[in-house]
Amino acid sequence: MNKTNLAESLPPVFQEKSKLEPKKTIIQLDDVNIHYGSFLAVKHASMEIYEHEVTAFIGPSGCGKSTVLRSINRMNDLIRGATLDGRVLFNGEDLYAKDVDPVLIRRRIGMVFQKPNPFPKSIYENIAWGARVNGYKGDYDELVETSLRSAALWDEVKDKLKQNALRLSGGQQQRLCIARTIAVQPEVILMDEPASALDPIATSRIEELILELKMDYTIVIVTHNMGQASRVSDYTAFFMVDENRTGYLQEYEKTEQLFLNPVHKKTEEYISGKFG
Amino acid sequence: MQSSITFGSEETRLSMMERRRKVGVVWQAVFLFSTSLAILFLILLLFSVIDSTFGFAAIRYEMKPSELMDGKSQLSEFSRQQLEETAKTHLSSGILRRVEYEKPIADRTDKDLIALIEQYVLQPSVLRTWGLWASLTKQGEINEYLFDQGDAVLTFKSWLTIDFLFADQSANPLYAGIRTALLGSLWIILITFVFAFPIGVGSAIYLEEYAKPNRLTRLLQLNIFNLSAVPSIIYGLLGLAVFVRAMEAFTSGSLFTGVSDTTANGRTILSGGLTLGLLVLPIIIINTQEALKAVPDSLRMSSYGIGATKWQTIWGQVLPVSIDRILTGTILALSRALGETAPLVVIGASTFISVDPSGIFSKFTTLPIQIYQWSARPQGAYRNVAGAAIIALLILLMVLNSSAIILRDKLSKKKRMEA
Repeated sequence: MNKTNLAESLPPVFQEKSKLEPKKTIIQLDDVNIHYGSFLAVKHASMEIYEHEVTAFIGPSGCGKSTVLRSINRMNDLIRGATLDGRVLFNGEDLYAKDVDPVLIRRRIGMVFQKPNPFPKSIYENIAWGARVNGYKGDYDELVETSLRSAALWDEVKDKLKQNALRLSGGQQQRLCIARTIAVQPEVILMDEPASALDPIATSRIEELILELKMDYTIVIVTHNMGQASRVSDYTAFFMVDENRTGYLQEYEKTEQLFLNPVHKKTEEYISGKFG
Repeated sequence: MQSSITFGSEETRLSMMERRRKVGVVWQAVFLFSTSLAILFLILLLFSVIDSTFGFAAIRYEMKPSELMDGKSQLSEFSRQQLEETAKTHLSSGILRRVEYEKPIADRTDKDLIALIEQYVLQPSVLRTWGLWASLTKQGEINEYLFDQGDAVLTFKSWLTIDFLFADQSANPLYAGIRTALLGSLWIILITFVFAFPIGVGSAIYLEEYAKPNRLTRLLQLNIFNLSAVPSIIYGLLGLAVFVRAMEAFTSGSLFTGVSDTTANGRTILSGGLTLGLLVLPIIIINTQEALKAVPDSLRMSSYGIGATKWQTIWGQVLPVSIDRILTGTILALSRALGETAPLVVIGASTFISVDPSGIFSKFTTLPIQIYQWSARPQGAYRNVAGAAIIALLILLMVLNSSAIILRDKLSKKKRMEA
């Protein structure tokens, strides 16, 4: 069966997606190896991440998908002993070049974490603080409103902006974290299992939000949830772990391709739930 | 499938449970006993302090009001003119000159004059004092003593009065007060805070947030822990060598004023405050580090994740959530400094001083030193004065500690509610 036939046989949602043309590369990993001390955590990862697409990283525990994600905005720098060789290019620029300031990268490539971690401040301050430390000079009220609207949280919190963010529910907190990330106007948003600590309803709201956000942002999401990867992502990278517990990129494809017609046996076994 | 764990027969199981229950009861009793013992000692301490602060005192006057003015048995019965006249004729010329210099007799109030005449003309002296317990239980013995003494007057005295707080030192226990010592203590604490708080918090931030965990950092950390356990007298010796001797020009103020206008020779409030600052520095550092460690890393990560710098993260996120613990620990460290005696004695704090400290280059004494000095005096009445000073010190410490608690509650409440 050739690929054209396969595409026609796919459910409508996938057909629509597969019509999209390959887009501009925004992030490129070029033979990336990441060590924690002397332990090789990820080896030879090379891939291109496309602008305004949602890219999902899936794979069993310990396969290095989160490590790779954190290497994209140099959050790994904060982990003691973490080193990277190879190149990570962002709009063609090497993020690991000597003269690059990781702080500036993190504004352009924001991050949302697994556990919702709003600042122990008011909802308003949660949004405004990030903008302020990045030197935002515009109208803060407006920024707070647009950021909260983009994160589909405005209607729920507009009357209690002065309330402490920790009093929100888990799902609201996570959307606030997304709003906070949006407020500094990044180009890419990295999400490390953003819904794994949430209930199913909150999870589906996050997923809807991701689909809306991809109009304006490039999103890379790590997830353990195969259904989530297939629902929200355009591209999926499947990471595996070898006998030395070193992670590597096994397969990277358009999502429907990877899920319906995986090339590697391991991929097929993983997505069909044989291990993981 | 049969379980591999067996509990034996019903009988042995029951006896085992009974034994287990008994062991629990015994331990509970042991813990209750320890707690009771601690409370008992606390009560004993409070009792002994209160016992010496209140009670009867047998006082003998050198002169009676009737000897000054016929027919008057009380100074309060004197007219204004009689009071002024008595003061002018009966005060010794030295005292009269000093009194007139401070405030002319004519401008003083009646109450003021009565106090003056009582102190310098009637000249009361304490013959003997009784504690509160003895005052209540040994009436017979007290009366017998009074009878033997003949002209002694018995008064029930609270040694802790408002006047006691505002009076300076005196050779007469009836007129001794703690103003000088209290001011000395407050000055010392101020210097200690100004010196130790910024340096302590700063070092803790560096060690906790910036320093890489290499061998040097570990060595430093170990030394800080050891320093916090060094006996305070050692700090006194260090302060004597460094602040009093080596840095005399600085600590005596002669570096700034050209000449030192006191005879302190470096044994000043500044030296004392810096010495106590060194003493509490390791405590403040360790406490601040603990406060910073308690801030979850996820908070730092989320701050870095939106492009904040390290300093912005520390200042804008980490410190606001840990400041309550930092301040509480600092106040507790300061109250330890407030009670320290040994290092200040070593650096040469004055034990008898009646001049108020006027600044950081003054000689000083502090409350604990004052208490120590009074309790070592041969006259029994000074023991009562020391008791009153102990109560004043305890109240001061309690105020400090409860302000720490109030501050912490207030700040953490604010953190929770966030207006």
